[in-house]
Amino acid sequence: MKQKELICIGCPMGCALVVEWDGKQVVSVTGNTCPRGDVYARKEVTNPTRIVTSSVCVDGGELKMVSVKTNEDIPKDKIFEIMNEIRKTTVKAPIQIGDVILSNVAGTGVDVVATKHVASI
Amino acid sequence: MEAENSMEKLLYDVAIIGAGVTGCSIARELSRYDLRVCVLEKDEDVCSGTSKANSAIVHAGHDAESGSMKARFNVEGSRMMPGLAKELDFDFIQNGSLVLCFADVDRPALEELYEKGKKNGVEGLTILSGEEVRRLEPNVSDRVVAALYAPTGGIVCPFGLTIAMAENACDNGVEFQFLTRIEEIRKMEDGYELKTNRGTVTARCVVNAAGVYADAFHNMVSGKKIHITARKGEYCLLDKEAGAHVGHTIFQLPGKLGKGVLVTPTVHGNLLLGPTARDINDKEGTDTTAEDLAEVQEKATLSVRGIPFRQVITSFVGLRAHEDSDDFVVGEAEDSEGFFDAAGIESPGLSSAPAIGVYLAGLIAEKTEAKAKNDWHGKRKGIVKPGEMSREERAALIREHPEYGSIVCRCEGISEGEIRDAITRTLGATSLDGIKRRVRQGMGRCQAGFCTPRAMEILANERGIRMEEVCKNVPGSEMLIGE
Amino acid sequence: MEKHDIVIIGGGPAGLAAAVAARKAGIQDILILERDSRLGGILNQCIHNGFGLHTFREELTGPEYANRYIRMAEDEGIPYRLNTMVVDINEKKEVTFINREDGMTTIQAKTVILAMGCRERPRGALNIPGYRPAGVYSAGTAQRLMNIEGFHVGKEVVILGSGDIGLIMARRMTLEGAKVKVVAELMPYSGGLKRNIVQCLDDYGIPLKLSHTVVEVHGKQRVTGVTIAEVDANRKPIPGTEEYYSCDTLLLSVGLLPENELTKGAGIEMNRVTSGPNVNDQLETSIEGVFACGNVLHVHDLVDYVSEEATLAGTNAAACVRHSEHKTPSHPVVLSAGDGVRYTVPQTMDIANMNDQVVVRFRVADVYRDRSISIYYDGVRVAHRKKKVMAPGEMEQVILKKEDLNRYNDLKEIVIGTEVE
Repeated sequence: MKQKELICIGCPMGCALVVEWDGKQVVSVTGNTCPRGDVYARKEVTNPTRIVTSSVCVDGGELKMVSVKTNEDIPKDKIFEIMNEIRKTTVKAPIQIGDVILSNVAGTGVDVVATKHVASI
Repeated sequence: MEAENSMEKLLYDVAIIGAGVTGCSIARELSRYDLRVCVLEKDEDVCSGTSKANSAIVHAGHDAESGSMKARFNVEGSRMMPGLAKELDFDFIQNGSLVLCFADVDRPALEELYEKGKKNGVEGLTILSGEEVRRLEPNVSDRVVAALYAPTGGIVCPFGLTIAMAENACDNGVEFQFLTRIEEIRKMEDGYELKTNRGTVTARCVVNAAGVYADAFHNMVSGKKIHITARKGEYCLLDKEAGAHVGHTIFQLPGKLGKGVLVTPTVHGNLLLGPTARDINDKEGTDTTAEDLAEVQEKATLSVRGIPFRQVITSFVGLRAHEDSDDFVVGEAEDSEGFFDAAGIESPGLSSAPAIGVYLAGLIAEKTEAKAKNDWHGKRKGIVKPGEMSREERAALIREHPEYGSIVCRCEGISEGEIRDAITRTLGATSLDGIKRRVRQGMGRCQAGFCTPRAMEILANERGIRMEEVCKNVPGSEMLIGE
Repeated sequence: MEKHDIVIIGGGPAGLAAAVAARKAGIQDILILERDSRLGGILNQCIHNGFGLHTFREELTGPEYANRYIRMAEDEGIPYRLNTMVVDINEKKEVTFINREDGMTTIQAKTVILAMGCRERPRGALNIPGYRPAGVYSAGTAQRLMNIEGFHVGKEVVILGSGDIGLIMARRMTLEGAKVKVVAELMPYSGGLKRNIVQCLDDYGIPLKLSHTVVEVHGKQRVTGVTIAEVDANRKPIPGTEEYYSCDTLLLSVGLLPENELTKGAGIEMNRVTSGPNVNDQLETSIEGVFACGNVLHVHDLVDYVSEEATLAGTNAAACVRHSEHKTPSHPVVLSAGDGVRYTVPQTMDIANMNDQVVVRFRVADVYRDRSISIYYDGVRVAHRKKKVMAPGEMEQVILKKEDLNRYNDLKEIVIGTEVE
């Protein structure tokens, strides 16, 4: 049985979690104060994921950049691959929150969406 | 006029090395005459060396040894300052100064200073008792037993003074060449050849106003060597909330603890403490140290009680050009006709600059038999200060020029209009430091935290450069580092 | 003179939540004055996620969180003026502002809500020795240049201070291809949220050096490196522990300061610890009808609490407009910070006129393990709650109920402190 201590990143509380697993499967999660902690701990030892946020160049907008995020969490080891795609991207204004900027980014099945409105000029 | 980046050989009557306060003062005085004058400056702007980092005060003139160059030019310069401030529209306040005496045993030294001041021609000097001092300045230390009061002592904006003189010189025909570093000076039959990183300049006369580097240039042409040491002085600047802690400029009587530090309000309402005095080898050694900053605070506490050190917003170093003779070296070099020094200009250099300018310009005019121009215009109007206008004036200004209604620097209340003026006017700013020194954008309590991106954008826009090319000061100080 | 019932200084999260709450409480005549070109305040540049779990039960990015409130304000049709800098407020609640369109204008407010936010502590305030080259940025300035303007501020980075903005910027710059060499923190603990240490530093192998500071900045034109040293218990550098890091950028995340120049200008009583105004349980300052909320009152670590506090300020300001006759204040009860507590907000309470309950927010002075939060009414302990860990970087709160307070006659002082179990 293996044990691992984690800090939950699910919310600002930052609960100290202890995960027990047998090498393949998680046996128990303790220290969490909500179900999010349980989910996080299980993922973190098997397939850690993160939300990626960044910004993308805008053409013809009131702002030069629009902020974006992956609309779901993505495998942690895909972060830089996703950043490479984001960096290469330019979008045309107008942009609404939730507009898909990149679909199925880096083959993750997850979309990169806008998190800010940018009107066109 | 602003010189083109030309590589061609130019002939001037006078080439001035250094666009500090001394060089600019000489330039302005020379601009009265029918002479072709250029100023060669190694940095990107005027007022980039010793002139930008000092105590920002106009000494009354009691410190210098009677009969010295320092005494003469200080007293003359100090007398000129009020008139010059009106003529050239820069900030100057005659707030009066106090030299504090902390022990009865030092009283003779205080009286000596008083006598010296009288001999130097300083007006209005009086010795005050400890009680009288504290009535005048309630925060002065209880240990003070007496003080020398000099009503003619003042505070000045060193950038304002230097920039005003430079602008006025430029408007009257003096050419300024920036980022121009002199590598070699050769004496020719009828003048001098100055090799620079941007070509060769020839001139009949040379004025050496090169601050801490003046010895190097002097020694290139003269056998009578001079030697300048960079004397480092550290300062702390406090928030405007602390600015009224004292009203006068407060010195310490030199004693066992050395020269002491001053505590003074600035013309912009901050409180300034310093300087230390440390001789160093590096003539660009403007780094602050923890020890010296501690020394400034410790010594300032001797003079004034309850200084709110929590309110320090920045600290900086100035390098004074100390010549071995302990006096200014001003005049034509004995063995090099047409080579005029304004070297070793340490304190009270800022106070003395106007008088040095008049003196040297006079010598040069005589030598070159120059005639006074009849179209010389000595007045200069500074950048408008909406913050000092009446409500009606300010409203009218914004109606006519909306960019004055757009505040960029919130701490100092500086508008886009002022920043654009700082960039587009005569000898306008080409760097962020240049803007800061002209309009105080970024000089307030947040130290440019909020307004830097906007100021960069305005500078890039007005200068037609990319954001990546925007510099804090000289090339190499780019604010952004691209991929 | 133009007149308004409620004038709100600042259109960031605090100002917006206050405006929405005031409108919901029935006040029509509200005006928000915002200095930037957009509503939303600093959230517009906080493009990372982690906002809103408390308020909206979902995880949003900063701009999304801001937009929720912007939409509420727009749905309510609350007027605002952008690019408008307030330059003065006086005790008569006359507000003077400057913008391009109106020039310099003074308006009369019945009530004012201060919501100006905070600013970053600059390098000068720390007296970091060395040169003053380009490349020393406060973390928020760098954040703006990267996230709003799309520029790269540097390639090799050292960060001083482990506040949340510093941590977030460590990740942000890493994602944009920069090498963040180290984060140095003067204190023996981080000022940031634990989860940010995990997802911004640990994820990218960025070392966090606690009890370390920058003792010298190198480079005459652009930063070429910094020297970092360990500090002792008195936060003084320990000679011999210096370590040189070559870098082109030094980011500072060394604390936030409420931006209260206007508040002080109006003559409002200030608090030395929070650097914000002193307020009563209505979040009303020493000038009647002037309220404060958000980071101008005290620096928060979560925007959710800013919104909550601002909602209260907006509601209370609305009540103040409606009952413009003077309240009869009862004797004020003083709230004091006890052992291990740095400050409380509010600082006083008027029990007769208070709402059913009051949330008291405070910060502890150090990292404490297994201590309890205790409440004393005139020296008598009335409540006691054990906490596993408390840290200065994470704001704490207790709730005081009117019904409980009413049971104590003649109450003069409430102390909130920590106790070792």
